[in-house]
Amino acid sequence: MEVAEELARRLGRRPRFVQVAFTSIDQSVERGDFDIGMTGVEDTPARRAALSVSVPYFEFREVLTVRQADRDRFRTLEDLKGKRLGTLGGTIAYQLLLDASRTLAVEPVSYDDDVHPYEDLASGRLDGVVLDHILARRSARKVPGLVIQPAVLATSHYVIVLARRNSALRDQVDAALGGMMRDGTLERIFRKWDVWDEGQKKLFARVLAGEPRTPPSSVAVPVAAPSGSRLGTALRYLPALLKASLVTLGLSCMAMALAIAVGVAVATGRLYAGRVVSGLLAVYVEVVRGTPVLLQLFVLYYGLSSVVRLPAFVAALIGLGLNYAAYESEIYRGALLAVPRGQLEAARTLGFSELQTLRLVRGPQAFRIALAPMTNDFVALLKDSSLVSVITVVELTKATQIMAANVGSWAVPGLLCAALYLALSLPLSRLARHLEARWRMTA
Amino acid sequence: MSALVANVLSVRDLRLSRGERQVLRGVNLTASRGELLVLMGLSGGGKTTVLRTVAALEPFQAGEIDLGDGVVLRPGPLPRESALRGVRRRVGLVFQLHCLFEHLSALHNITLAPLHVRGQARQEADERARQLLESLGIGHRAEALPRELSGGEAQRVAIARALAMDPPLLLMDEPTASLDPARRGELGATLRRLTGEGRTLVVTTHDDDFARDFATRVVVMAEGEVVEEGPPGEVLDAPRHPATRRLLQHQEPGLDSSGPSRQT
Repeated sequence: MEVAEELARRLGRRPRFVQVAFTSIDQSVERGDFDIGMTGVEDTPARRAALSVSVPYFEFREVLTVRQADRDRFRTLEDLKGKRLGTLGGTIAYQLLLDASRTLAVEPVSYDDDVHPYEDLASGRLDGVVLDHILARRSARKVPGLVIQPAVLATSHYVIVLARRNSALRDQVDAALGGMMRDGTLERIFRKWDVWDEGQKKLFARVLAGEPRTPPSSVAVPVAAPSGSRLGTALRYLPALLKASLVTLGLSCMAMALAIAVGVAVATGRLYAGRVVSGLLAVYVEVVRGTPVLLQLFVLYYGLSSVVRLPAFVAALIGLGLNYAAYESEIYRGALLAVPRGQLEAARTLGFSELQTLRLVRGPQAFRIALAPMTNDFVALLKDSSLVSVITVVELTKATQIMAANVGSWAVPGLLCAALYLALSLPLSRLARHLEARWRMTA
Repeated sequence: MSALVANVLSVRDLRLSRGERQVLRGVNLTASRGELLVLMGLSGGGKTTVLRTVAALEPFQAGEIDLGDGVVLRPGPLPRESALRGVRRRVGLVFQLHCLFEHLSALHNITLAPLHVRGQARQEADERARQLLESLGIGHRAEALPRELSGGEAQRVAIARALAMDPPLLLMDEPTASLDPARRGELGATLRRLTGEGRTLVVTTHDDDFARDFATRVVVMAEGEVVEEGPPGEVLDAPRHPATRRLLQHQEPGLDSSGPSRQT
């Protein structure tokens, strides 16, 4: 922030800060939402291909953070074979972990922010976090019981990004950064924030010497896609997208099954149970419908983590399932009430018990009435399942976002993603229409 | 024979109010084995309510409904379904609107209760259901869904559904309402046959021709009370109560209420 203010002063502009999600800085700057993107923006070949990139102004090291107790057990990535490792999505560290997942079978877990990975590490959901040493140091101070391993997994640089068409402004930024390095302003700022070290000194020397700006990143990052072959790059991500759509499909089906089961229980409870129980169920429905599902997911995953540490997928399943159960229960309640009272009385005179009437007469007819709105909800659930990325589940939308960040464009990933969602939802609607038609004939 | 005098149904001083409105103001009614009792009266007179109360679908405030063999309905809230087994075994009800189960074929409407309430085997239940449909002249409609049936067909399926549980007392609400005269005759013959088998029928109707032709006894209700009862010839041909005369006027506008009937 302070660097940005100084930079703006030197460019003769008044800074106006726009906060965006970390992973969308690139797209936003290209769109023109703002001119200059900075703060932890890493120097990668993909960025260089897609955007105007300034000279590097800070050198960072990717480091591994583990729990104090594992200090001697988990020293390097090799020690963490088969373990869960967290990081920020769309970063060099994430790419590092993806590579490691192939060679070392570690399980990368992608987060949208840099606080929750460390909390999950402390609580035991993760066994390590890989992020740059600045974030690691800050979090190690805030979250007790963590230790940063000395081994450097990779080094890279922070840069400032601008839209590709904005290369003139980029040259001004470069000049301003050079000036700040020469007159010691940048060093003073870094010292003030206690991030100054030998690495920065060497970096400044290299930059001021006009060293050609080859990416000095020491890890293999995906080769930049020159804009002509973006499609080719996109296709290489297709397997990951297909896998993610299986997560979306599986999660949606299971969450819907849970929603139906709980919804049926809630609906019948509200109609048949005593006043207290049906009152409590009504409260459940109103609370769940009246609060955002995003909030419910956060509470389930992070809020309850001190009581019960649910795995991300399970938390997602329960969160979505219980949320949709509230909506389903209202559909079923309405459908049960729509079955004519005369039929229920006829069933009574024939000697059916309440339960038999529900099972043999009321339920089957209510189900037919509920089918259309249920299909509607399932399609909605399929898309709402994208919300679970906030609790680290990589489903279709999240995978698309990662892909878009790496490819440097939303066009192809967006189309692929939309096609996959349609491929999931259209057969479903068809099946529902088919069932409706069949039941209309035979029943 | 004692069976002849044993009442299958004795309603004593039945009183029922809905809020301020007194629907039944002390109804007394008996029906013995093999009778075809016809309940008549203008709409709103309480006929249907009597049937519903006897079938334990309505709670009542005072009086008593004795269904024989110690099965008695008493005033107060309706007992739980599990406490009404005796009533359910004794009383069948055919609703005016039939109230067939819309999602099941005619055959399955009939077999559902025998299968699940009586625990009959599927084959046995199916056979009996087909017999019943056959005897009611709609054997060929067994596979049809309720919405595919005509009014008369649906009514016969509803009768078959009630008969499949073999209740000694069968109540029917306005069975003649949706029938043309020819069908009415068929229905009457069917009901006669049922009473011949020893079943007791209580039927509400507005149709005095039907009552004249098939009732063993006619009971006229007005404003929640029984105002007149007796053999159809007496009640319908020489009505004593003004309500009965009004009823017959309604049925046959243009005929002098005190005039002679068409029956010879």
